[in-house]
Formats: sequence, structure tokens, C-alpha cells
Amino acid sequence: MELILSAGIGALTASGVYLLLRPRTYQVIIGLSLLSYAVNLFIFGMGRLRVNAPPVLDPGGVGDLARYTDPVPQALVLTAIVIGFAMTALFLVVLLASRGFTGTDHVDGREQRHD
Amino acid sequence: MTDWLQHLLILPILLPLAVGAALIPVDERNRMLKGLFGFASTLAVFVIAVILMRMAANTGSLPARGIYQLGNWPAPFGIVLVLDRLSALMLCLTAGLALAAQAYSMARWHTAGHHFHSLFQFLIAGLNGAFLTGDLFNLFVFFEMMLAASYGLLLHGSGPVRVKAGLHYIAINLAASSLFLIGVSLIYGVTGTLNMADLAAKLATLAPENRQLVETGAAILGIAFLVKAGMWPLSFWLPPAYAAATPPVAAVFAILTKVGIYVIIRLHFLIFGAAAGASAGFGQGWLVAGGMLTIAFGAIGVLASQAMGRLAGYSVLVSSGTLLSAIGLGHGGMLAGALFYLVSSTLTISAFFLLIELVERGRDAGADVLAVTMEAYGDFDEEEEEVGVAIPGTMAVLGLCFCLCAVLLSGLPPLSGFVAKFAILRGLFDMPGTDMATAMSATDWTYVVLLILSGLAAMIAMNRIGIRTFWASIEGTVPRVFVIEITPVVVLLAACIFLSLQAGPAMRYMQATADDLLNPLFQSERVLSAPRTGEQ
Repeated sequence: MELILSAGIGALTASGVYLLLRPRTYQVIIGLSLLSYAVNLFIFGMGRLRVNAPPVLDPGGVGDLARYTDPVPQALVLTAIVIGFAMTALFLVVLLASRGFTGTDHVDGREQRHD
Repeated sequence: MTDWLQHLLILPILLPLAVGAALIPVDERNRMLKGLFGFASTLAVFVIAVILMRMAANTGSLPARGIYQLGNWPAPFGIVLVLDRLSALMLCLTAGLALAAQAYSMARWHTAGHHFHSLFQFLIAGLNGAFLTGDLFNLFVFFEMMLAASYGLLLHGSGPVRVKAGLHYIAINLAASSLFLIGVSLIYGVTGTLNMADLAAKLATLAPENRQLVETGAAILGIAFLVKAGMWPLSFWLPPAYAAATPPVAAVFAILTKVGIYVIIRLHFLIFGAAAGASAGFGQGWLVAGGMLTIAFGAIGVLASQAMGRLAGYSVLVSSGTLLSAIGLGHGGMLAGALFYLVSSTLTISAFFLLIELVERGRDAGADVLAVTMEAYGDFDEEEEEVGVAIPGTMAVLGLCFCLCAVLLSGLPPLSGFVAKFAILRGLFDMPGTDMATAMSATDWTYVVLLILSGLAAMIAMNRIGIRTFWASIEGTVPRVFVIEITPVVVLLAACIFLSLQAGPAMRYMQATADDLLNPLFQSERVLSAPRTGEQ
């Protein structure tokens, strides 16, 4: 399970960084989204991977921490998802504004010339 | 009475947040009303910040030791707000700059787009939160709040140049936020805490096999703040973005780079201070080298700038570099000087950003980037939108302000720019118990040379631009400048002059702040042992 998760995070990060460095604004926004997925999974993983262990206490089931998983990273990941989503939406608006002003989807607002 | 005073600590966050939200549904035609409410809110925050600073200066009088436990949960478990001398100082500085920028914006710039005053309030709330929080993840939340507002403010006024600069600014900051999260979660994964004070205590007794992981996390976290602070080579986004922003926004952005510096000061001394065992002083070499390269890059940029907006942007970099390497060099005496420099340079650069537009207003439209963007969305023909009376002797007043900016930026006597650089250098030379000549390393000398050369570069560039603008101006048109626009510039510069006159008490405050920072375990203990309300 650890191997699958870390390989997944690695693949997401690699594709995210690659797309982030591309010249089209749409590629940049997809890159940022992939990167934020990778980061969210990473935060989740930092609470250690546990199967069949709830993050909240059962009614009456106090004590024995071995039966529970760490709730803090799950709370953190929730906040990170919300903030990341809002920022992506905002970036999308700026992307469209840039497209409207310059008539191109190049990040510098003008096409590079290939002579 | 004490109960009421205790809640004073959260007001700098809640008040702007509430006012900003309340202003959103108000129609944009009532701009002046919105502006006045926003200004009143910022003024209240400023007064609170001054009260808090006075209390912080005398630690004994702080209610509940300057710790505010949200939800009344004790420190390592709940989120805390922590007030000390440094955060009180930053609160005051933020509110002061915000007041000036907001007054300036009400002359005409707030008409250039929607929701200016709401965004401005959110920015202040985010900044204040970042300065007050004692918790790493909460710091992330306030950081994002500040950044979200700053995206909106940077785009205020729209136009292709701002949208392009904004696009780059947002992409860079979103990537930096990802690094921030990776760093924070890595640190949490190893130490199991997000509370800064608890982290400092845990790190001293960390198992050796985990140390490298924490250091990796801290380094990744550090990169996120260095992007914000504008350390070379993470700073190429900064000059275009700051030059493209509308003047009141650029003026308040002068403090955004200082947030990065603030967090680095805070975490560096709290987590990697003398008590951190094997990790003590982690990353100092990087800060010194990066800071010096930033000074060099900034100084070259200052010399190469044709437009004043870019000159101011590169001055921000010089200021950041000076601070970063002063932190990294890590001599106790330098820190007080560096803090003094932080206040002085932020006020100066902010005043300069406001002044630029007033000076350039008289010049031929299309003469530079700023004028081009003004043309592009051109809703500045509406003379009736402008408020206040034009001032007499415009060129004389503007010229005098420009001279003061030049003296302050280049660090010439007798103003606070000189006092600040002198205090930094004295801290460097004056190491107790050692012979000066032997104790100074080559790095120290490089820093001295760079600090002085950067002042020279600023002076040359300001002279050149000043002569071109004020003496050799071919157009000869005198800009119309209103009282409400020049007053904020004068007030900010007067604050610098006041700082120079009161250098003694100010330096004593900075020295006490530096002593607090260099003794992080005291701070740590103060936070962790704070009693819950009702259990005193």
C-alpha cells in the first residue's frame, strides 16, 4: 500500500511539475491541479496509512489509541483541498482574462516566433 | 476588565474581516462611504496595534501573557495566537502602511475596479493573522487569505500588463503554497505537532534518525517563504508585479515581502536557535549566500531600471537581501539593527511607491509602462471623481519628498536609513570578547562591502532619475496633486524622520525584541504553560 501511494504521489508530482513548466496557460492550471492532488495525498500519508482505523472515537470507546488513526492530517487535508480549489478557480478567471486581453493562451501573452 | 483586554488580541484579525465582508454588498457607487468605513476599520486596527505594542514592550502588563487560546484549548492541542514584541511591531507597521495606502486610494485609484476596499480589509486581516498565529497550519491559512486578497488587489485596475503580471504572480505563489504544505506536513509527520512553541521544545530532543526529515521539511517550508521574500533566484516575478500594481496596492505590497522575512526570523530562531541541539543554525549558510546574491541582483537591477516603478521593485529586493543575510550571519547584535532596517526600509519603499505615480503623472502619457496601462483602460478622464484640493508648489513638494526617499533608500545620514545600516554594521563589528580584525570572516567583509555598494547604487539611480524628472524635464507640465494624495507620502516620510529622531528608544525596543528572539525557549515555555481561562 505504501508503495502504491508513494508511486502515485510521485507520478502526480512529476506530471504536475512538467505541465507547470509548459508555455500554455491551460497546461499550467492542470499542472497546478495535479500538484495540489499530490500534495493532498502527501499530507494524508503523513498521518500514517492505517486500514480499518477510524479517525474519530467510537461512542464509549475511549482509550486504546492503537485502534484509531491520526485525525489531524485528515483535517488539514480538508482545509488544503478547499483552499486549493478556490485558488484554482481564481487562477482560471485570470487565465480567461489574459486570453481575452492578448488573444493567445501563451503565458507571456504573446506567441514565440519559430523562424 | 482583564477579560475584555484579553480579547483585544484577536480584534486585528476579526475587525477587518467583518468590515471587509460587510462592505461587499454595498453598491460600488457609494465608494467614498465604503472607503471611509474601511479607513475607520484600519484606524481602529492601528490604535489596537499601538496599544498591543505598548503592552508587549512591558511584558508584565500583557493579559494572560499575550497568549490567546482559541476555543479555550491549551497550547499544544488548540490553536493559539501569540503576541510578542516582534508581532506587535509588525502589526503596527502593517496598519500604518495600510492607513497611508487607503487614504491615497480614495483620491481616485479605488475607482479603477470593484471591491477594492473589501479586498484591502481581507489583506489586512490575513497579514495580521500571519503575524499573530503561533501555529504552522494556521499560518498557512492566513497566508492563503493574504495571498488571495493580494491576487485581487494586484489585478485591481485590470489591463493587459497587470493581468500578465498577475498570471505569473498567482502561478508562482500557488506552486510556493504547495511547497508550504509539503513542508508543514513533513514536519508534522515526524514531530506530531504543528504548534511552533511545542515544535521548538520537541526538536531539542529529537531522535537522530528523524532529524534529517525535519530539516528537509524545514528547508522546503523555507523555500516557500523565500519565494515570498524575493530571494534570488526565486525573485524574478517581483519587480514586474510590483511595477504593474496600482500605487496604493504596491505601497502595501511592500510589507508582503516582509511577511516572508518575518516568518523566517520567527522560525529560524524558534526552531533552529541555540537550543536546537544538532540542528542549531540550520540553513544559515544558504540565507547568507542567497541574501548576498539578492543584494547584488537588486543593486544591479536598481542601476539598470529606466522606470521608477521597476527601481522601487528592485529596492524591495535589496531590502530583502540585506535582511536575509543579516539573519543568516547570526550575530546577536545585528538582529536589532536588522529589525530597525526592516521598519525603516518598508516605510521608505512604501512612500516611494506612492510618490512615483504623483511624479510621473505630469509626464507625457505613453512615456512608460504605467502610463500605457492607464491609457488602456482609460477611465481617468472623469475629473469630478477626484476629491480634494490641488496643492500649491507641487514640484517643490514632490521634489523634496523625492530627495527624502533618495536619502532614505541609499542610507545617507542623517535619516533612519543610515541609522539602520549603521546599527547592522555596528552589530557585525562589535562582537563582545573578541578582537575585531580576527573575528571577522571573509563572508562578513563581503556583506559589509555589498551593503555599502547597494546604498551607492541606489544613490546613483535616484540621482539619475531625479535629475531627469525634476531638472531636465522637457514637457514642463506640472502634475495636479491633491492634498489627500501627498499627505500619506508626507506622513510615511515623517514616520521615517521620527524614527531617526527617536532612534534611541526605537533601538532599545528592537534590542529587547532581538533578545526575546535569541532566547526561544523562554517564549516556548510561555506559550505551553499558559493556563486556560478560568483556571488561573
